[in-house]
Amino acid sequence: MALLETDKIAMRFGGLVAVSNFTLALEDKEIVGLIGPNGAGKTTIFNMITGVYTPSEGQILFCNVDITNKKPDYITKLGIARTFQNIRLFSSMSVFENILVAKHTRLHASPLSAVLNLPKYSSEMKKYKAECLELLEAVGLSDLTYEKATALPYGKQRRLEIARALATNPKLLLLDEPAAGMNPNEAHDLMNFIRQVRDNFNVTILLIEHHMKVVMGICEHIVVVDHGVTIARGTPAEIQTDKRVIEAYLGVDAHA
Amino acid sequence: MTFDIFLQHLSNGISLGSLYALIAIGYTMVYGILRLINFAHGDLIMVAAYSAFYGVILFRMPWWLAFPLAIIITTLTGVTIEKVAYKPIRSSPRISILISAIAVSFFLENLAIVVFSGRPKAFPQPEIFSKMIEFGEVYIMSLSFFIPVVTIVVLAALNYLVNKTTTGIAMRAVARDYETSSLMGVEINRIVSYTFALGSALAAVGGIMWSMKFPQIQPLMGIFPGLKCFIAAVVGGIGSITGATIGGFFLGIMEIMLVAFLPELTGYRDAFAFVLLILILIFRPTGIIGEKLTEKV
Amino acid sequence: MAENNSNLKFFLTVGALLLAGAAVFTAQNIFDDYKIRILNLAAVYVILGLGLNVINGFTGLFSLGHAGFMMIGAYTAALLSMPPAAKAMNFYMKPLIAPLTDVHLPIGLALPAAGLVAAFFGLLIAAPVLRLKGDYLAIASLGFAEIMRVLFTMAQSITNGALGLKGIPSINSMYFYWTTALVTLILVKQLVNSSYGRALKAIRDDEIAAEAMGINLFYHKVLSFSTGAFFAGIGGALLGFLVTTIDPNMFTFLQTFNILMIIVLGGLGSLTGTVISAIIVAVMMEVLRIVDAPINLGFISLPGVAGMRMVIFSLLLLLVILFYQHGIMGTREFNWNWIINKIKHNGDIGKKGGKSHGAVGNG
Repeated sequence: MALLETDKIAMRFGGLVAVSNFTLALEDKEIVGLIGPNGAGKTTIFNMITGVYTPSEGQILFCNVDITNKKPDYITKLGIARTFQNIRLFSSMSVFENILVAKHTRLHASPLSAVLNLPKYSSEMKKYKAECLELLEAVGLSDLTYEKATALPYGKQRRLEIARALATNPKLLLLDEPAAGMNPNEAHDLMNFIRQVRDNFNVTILLIEHHMKVVMGICEHIVVVDHGVTIARGTPAEIQTDKRVIEAYLGVDAHA
Repeated sequence: MTFDIFLQHLSNGISLGSLYALIAIGYTMVYGILRLINFAHGDLIMVAAYSAFYGVILFRMPWWLAFPLAIIITTLTGVTIEKVAYKPIRSSPRISILISAIAVSFFLENLAIVVFSGRPKAFPQPEIFSKMIEFGEVYIMSLSFFIPVVTIVVLAALNYLVNKTTTGIAMRAVARDYETSSLMGVEINRIVSYTFALGSALAAVGGIMWSMKFPQIQPLMGIFPGLKCFIAAVVGGIGSITGATIGGFFLGIMEIMLVAFLPELTGYRDAFAFVLLILILIFRPTGIIGEKLTEKV
Repeated sequence: MAENNSNLKFFLTVGALLLAGAAVFTAQNIFDDYKIRILNLAAVYVILGLGLNVINGFTGLFSLGHAGFMMIGAYTAALLSMPPAAKAMNFYMKPLIAPLTDVHLPIGLALPAAGLVAAFFGLLIAAPVLRLKGDYLAIASLGFAEIMRVLFTMAQSITNGALGLKGIPSINSMYFYWTTALVTLILVKQLVNSSYGRALKAIRDDEIAAEAMGINLFYHKVLSFSTGAFFAGIGGALLGFLVTTIDPNMFTFLQTFNILMIIVLGGLGSLTGTVISAIIVAVMMEVLRIVDAPINLGFISLPGVAGMRMVIFSLLLLLVILFYQHGIMGTREFNWNWIINKIKHNGDIGKKGGKSHGAVGNG
């Protein structure tokens, strides 16, 4: 059984077809890349999977559960987490609070219990806070725990956003251009970081990225999309030599 | 209800609808460009009314001088408000600019109370507008014919301005896509001022005719019409001039019909607009015209 | 660093509370009725401001319907706590409907009832209203408040309509109002610093990201809205006990505007700010009343100008919004660490307790 299956999903905005006939199956602990020129529909696909958009056509199954029409918070509870193309951290909160708020979805205690600080609430929160501190340690952001999240340097903010997604205990992690705006060194660090995340946190990763080095470096499998249509699938090696992909996207000097 | 009485109600409804439409357009234009509910827009009615009032009563001007002057004063007021209270915080969170609008509204109202006193004043009704014309059993004021005519003329002029002039096209561009327009060289500030000027002028025309129809003016006179006109704009489809026009007429006619056919509900007349608002927001938030605005994630 | 001061902070807090208690005791005994009334009004404003701040400041929902919930709370408390004789006297035009005629509850029950009824209406209204965005939410909430006001004015046999209610039990003990205000502050603070409070702030900061982190937007917005409505109801009820006469015209948009002004002045995301500005506004409103009435300075007499008070207040709000958007406290809260550090390091300020406000909170 595939972890995630999208079956011929499509997205139409009025007369515009953003994505058509998109089929994908993700297996456990894979790192899969989703690439294509700007405006190809990649983020739209993310939005369909995470419930921000309801697909105009098709079906999405996650762990055999139909999530096609579900809302984002429900989908996150099931185990899909994401980051955003333009970093969306919670600007009024510290690094720690940003991570901690991701645990809220797992909280069983009621609001009343929280206000009165009843044992059920305080014991849950104790556990979650410990988990968050561990997580910050694991991603190397411990020394910045109480800093304002938006005061962090750009690369660390990206890392924080990924950590925040991890705090929801996902089985599938969707990363939307995590290496955007990074120089080659930072991108290289990120590449290793993503690999570590997959290994240490046992997640499957679907990655949108333009940094070809990162894509070719860590993705085991790549899907190429252009104008909403899937034009190629395969291993990095196969994609790099695929004529259609080169024409549409990579350009002649494909080894960027 | 006889046909004559029905006719009277209908003419009332059309008059009221025209006035609502004129004022609603101002709201919708500003909202379209700045995504701002200009709470102070309704008070421009009051500014126009008092300007016209003092022009005629204090300065002894003939109405055909005082009224246009009042329109100019109101237009200047509207543009000034934008420059002073909205422009500086254009890039702030929307809640700030909304609060600013509310503050301006309260300021205008209370300043009017201080300067003009809260006691209602009788608005001059020039002879030509207050002629009573006989229709079988009922009398209809000549104003009731002027209002729709003026409205149509104004709407036609507006239509020309918005669709056929460069500034008009620029206005629509900014409403559609603020950032791209500015990148394309559209002078945002000028266009915003122009929009406010147009909206204020329309409110002024509406306000003067309103004052002739309901000749008691007082500092808080713009509150309820203002709110209702905003609701009319939402009902028609906020951001769309056609929508505001349709919404305005719809609300005006419905309100009169409500009172005409269900006189026992007269006390709920003002609440009717709000009920309509809630219904529209629940069932068709984009209004009768319905332009969907999606947010990019 | 914050942790090893926690004992000190505990004692400081207890000390401050005792001091506050002593202040209330003194005020109750040395101030005249007029001043006490104003201070009690300040307490009511604190409660109203805190409630609205939960919705507008912490969750980022622009609700303009607060006065409607105040009205519901006020009428609930009044009808429940007024003795049957007083009610009979009020409802001379149209008699009050059945069970309400004989109900006569002690204040201790009427007050929470007021909050709960208001919160219930908050729940009812929340469903249609909270699906709307920003400006629409504002207008819809305002619309509901106005509809409620019209309904209350027309429902002669329940609310006595435009005649209002006179003879509500009068309470002028400062302990009553200020204890309620303190309890409100504690409850709201607990909520805001809890995981649920964080969820609300996340919704305010970035709704889309919040939803992506598994936060159910609707549920939390309703939670916020109902909480605000609850405290609005409490505040409204207290207003009734304070002025003993209520009618629907007391609860217009102007009332909401006052509370909105308080929380903006204090800082939209700050509890401390709300408390401070509520007191300032309550006092200033009275102080500025002299501007509305004639002033006799002995050698000259300045004519009173009605409405000048509101002119000044709206101008003040405008100036705050234009130049000092974040209000007095911004989103900062009062924190013992700041004082402790000042004292410990004398001139050297050192680090402010927690690099971002409320780094961890208490929940």
